[in-house]
Amino acid sequence: MKESLVIEREGVDALISALADRGYEVVGPTVRGQTIMYDTITSTDDLPVGLRDRQEAGTYRLEERGDGALFGYVVGPQSFRKFTTPPGTVFWKGIRTDDGFETVALEEPPRYAFFGARPCEVAALKVQDTVYGSVGDPVYAGRRNQSFTVAVNCTEPAPTCFCDSLDTGPGVSDGYDLALTEVLDGDTHYFLAEAGSDEGSDVLASLTSRDALDEELVSAHRMVVRAAENMGRFLETDGLKEVLLGNLENPYWDEIAKRCLSCTNCTLVCPTCFCSSIEDHLSLDGTETERARTWDSCFTLDFSYVNGGPVRPSPGPRYRQWLTHKLASWQDQFGEIGCVGCGRCITWCPVGIDITKEAAEIRERDVRRVVVGTPSVKEAAE
Amino acid sequence: MSTQLSVKADAHVMSPVPCRILSVEQELQDTYTLEVEPPGDEWSFLPGQYTMLYAFGIGEVPISISGDPEDSTKIVQTIRAVGAVTDALVGLRPGDYVGVRGPFGTAWDTQAAEGRDVLIVAGGVGLAPLRPVVFDVLNHRERYENVTLMYGARSPGDLLFASQIREWRGRFDLEVLITVDQADDSWRGPVGVVTSLVGRSSFDGDTAVAFVCGPEVMMRFTIQALERGGLTDDRLYVSMERNMKCGVGLCGHCQLGKFFLCKEGPVMTCAQMAGSCWIREV
Amino acid sequence: MSEVFDVLIDQPFFTGMTDEQLRAVSETARLVTFEEGAVMFVEGGPARRSYLILDGDVALSLRTQEHGAKTIQTLHRGDFVGWSWMYPPYRWSFDANVRSEVSAVQFDGPLLKKLSLADPELGYELLRRFTEVIVTRMQALRIQLLDVYSTFR
Repeated sequence: MKESLVIEREGVDALISALADRGYEVVGPTVRGQTIMYDTITSTDDLPVGLRDRQEAGTYRLEERGDGALFGYVVGPQSFRKFTTPPGTVFWKGIRTDDGFETVALEEPPRYAFFGARPCEVAALKVQDTVYGSVGDPVYAGRRNQSFTVAVNCTEPAPTCFCDSLDTGPGVSDGYDLALTEVLDGDTHYFLAEAGSDEGSDVLASLTSRDALDEELVSAHRMVVRAAENMGRFLETDGLKEVLLGNLENPYWDEIAKRCLSCTNCTLVCPTCFCSSIEDHLSLDGTETERARTWDSCFTLDFSYVNGGPVRPSPGPRYRQWLTHKLASWQDQFGEIGCVGCGRCITWCPVGIDITKEAAEIRERDVRRVVVGTPSVKEAAE
Repeated sequence: MSTQLSVKADAHVMSPVPCRILSVEQELQDTYTLEVEPPGDEWSFLPGQYTMLYAFGIGEVPISISGDPEDSTKIVQTIRAVGAVTDALVGLRPGDYVGVRGPFGTAWDTQAAEGRDVLIVAGGVGLAPLRPVVFDVLNHRERYENVTLMYGARSPGDLLFASQIREWRGRFDLEVLITVDQADDSWRGPVGVVTSLVGRSSFDGDTAVAFVCGPEVMMRFTIQALERGGLTDDRLYVSMERNMKCGVGLCGHCQLGKFFLCKEGPVMTCAQMAGSCWIREV
Repeated sequence: MSEVFDVLIDQPFFTGMTDEQLRAVSETARLVTFEEGAVMFVEGGPARRSYLILDGDVALSLRTQEHGAKTIQTLHRGDFVGWSWMYPPYRWSFDANVRSEVSAVQFDGPLLKKLSLADPELGYELLRRFTEVIVTRMQALRIQLLDVYSTFR
């Protein structure tokens, strides 16, 4: 049974300072413009205090909650992969020598404390651990291996959330150093804090806290359970891979294409997307070079370019590639579904395309299904 | 569970190794063969594999290894100049350096062809990744039954490794069938699409193994012709091509269905490809 | 005639036809040879015959203004040459030259037509086989048209 302690808002401030003192760059949610982004924070004043995000397909608005909640919102357009694989990261440096060229050592990456990571974020980091771990990518490993994660359990999901469908939330069970649950009820405002690692325990021990009362534990737990019951959306995962891979020629993909702009927003906001491209930079005198990794998206025409043209010139197949990779082929590649149910792609799609709805539509229009008495499309074709 | 993580890291996975260019030969108008000194004595490759070749400061591209797998003194790479990086690579001179990573990818399964007829069908520049398997089979000729090379190119001037082909034609243990898509009267050889060569060779369709490489549409129709000749999809090998940037399964570009072609290809059996991989724009 | 029959009965092209049908077809045909370099027929010439190549190579070409004679296809053992006898204007649409000594079965077009009219079943069997070859050849020519080996810059 994990030990749960209670800290106050001052304790959260102390936590941020304690992490900074330990040499971490603390990054967490903060308001930039009219959205909640992830950036360096120095105290709880930097958090979006008293703000809520109203999210729906294609809509994101911040509004006042009328209280002092520190974590009264869910996720914005950014995820922590902004820090684990920053776009533009130099992954190789070389200088010309008489024997061709030589590799130049890279700078040590910063040590990050991911502050305010929702359970879907924690799950996304684990998904990316599998992807990058299978390759042995030093860029990701260098930043991830020395990171510290302060998770925050969700009690108020957004209408676009569906972590429950994928067992990635709304409560976090592992993969964190510290987990906080905020309880705000009239004048009562405290945070349950649980350690998930040795270092997490150390940090927690350095803060002013008290033991949690049984009713506080129960009440916090109930809030998380209620959050699971109030999910805005649902993704049926039963047989999902077979349905999607069995419907690659379903005309419905072209229906989606009529709406999809190939704007790549969904891939940019997704916390598990990993496609990248490489940029080469050469010094003016041609003696020093850097290879930098940028984020790429399967929705661009360039992405599948080979030998004179893109393999996927049409938008329908490009949407199909994204959806079937995320929900189906990822399972064959990495042993799990690549989606964590954060709902960002739904919120940030300018035309409001909903991944849960489209997966359901394909299932509904399954060409392999045989209705008694009528042949399936495949059978009829044969 | 703690987050005392140790996500695996291979510091050298994306670091090119400088290797000296030994020679640059022009094969065709836009196709060149580079011979490069291997990065070490232990370097070896399997027929069908490729390397990521790096032109300092300009970029990196996947290039087929087209040499003899038993010759470990050099890495032979045939390059078609189609863009900035390949232009730079073919512009290098002996003594210059090129960055090498690899070899990567899957190989032509010659072991599966032992004791059987072997059909090697190449279209255009597709002969480059197939030449190592021709070398390999000839190096161990007694392991195979009838061996046939079928090669189609655009025109007589586009026949790759023409002098090598003439050498092979001189052998009694190798059938060499050549055709071109178009020619003028001075060409006295066959004219027609490469699939037409399949009907002109006799092989045991029930047991033969085929290795096919060329433009995708050529491979599709060649497979149909081979299937009509009795080959089943577990004995048909193709070399698939997709956009490759990293060679190690990191960048996501090369995916063909669930396969990362950089690691699980480029050589695949038609059995693996069955169903989903031939679908329009997959 | 029995000589031709013995040849035709071994040809994969005629597999499935009855002996009687084959005998009737053999009556319209004879065995011929062409020496290397011989002209089988020329573009525009009257088309009355069809050839089934038993051995040797034939090149089909078209004379072009700017590029001289361009070989469009070569045909070999087992291939049929020429169908222009089937439809008006009954003229060859390309040149056919012998690359290496050819032995072939030469069929008389108008006789085959008369035979088919008298025996529609035989006519159908012949036409079915001809069209299969034509379709296969057309598909192959389409790929040739695609110019699949060229680069795109």
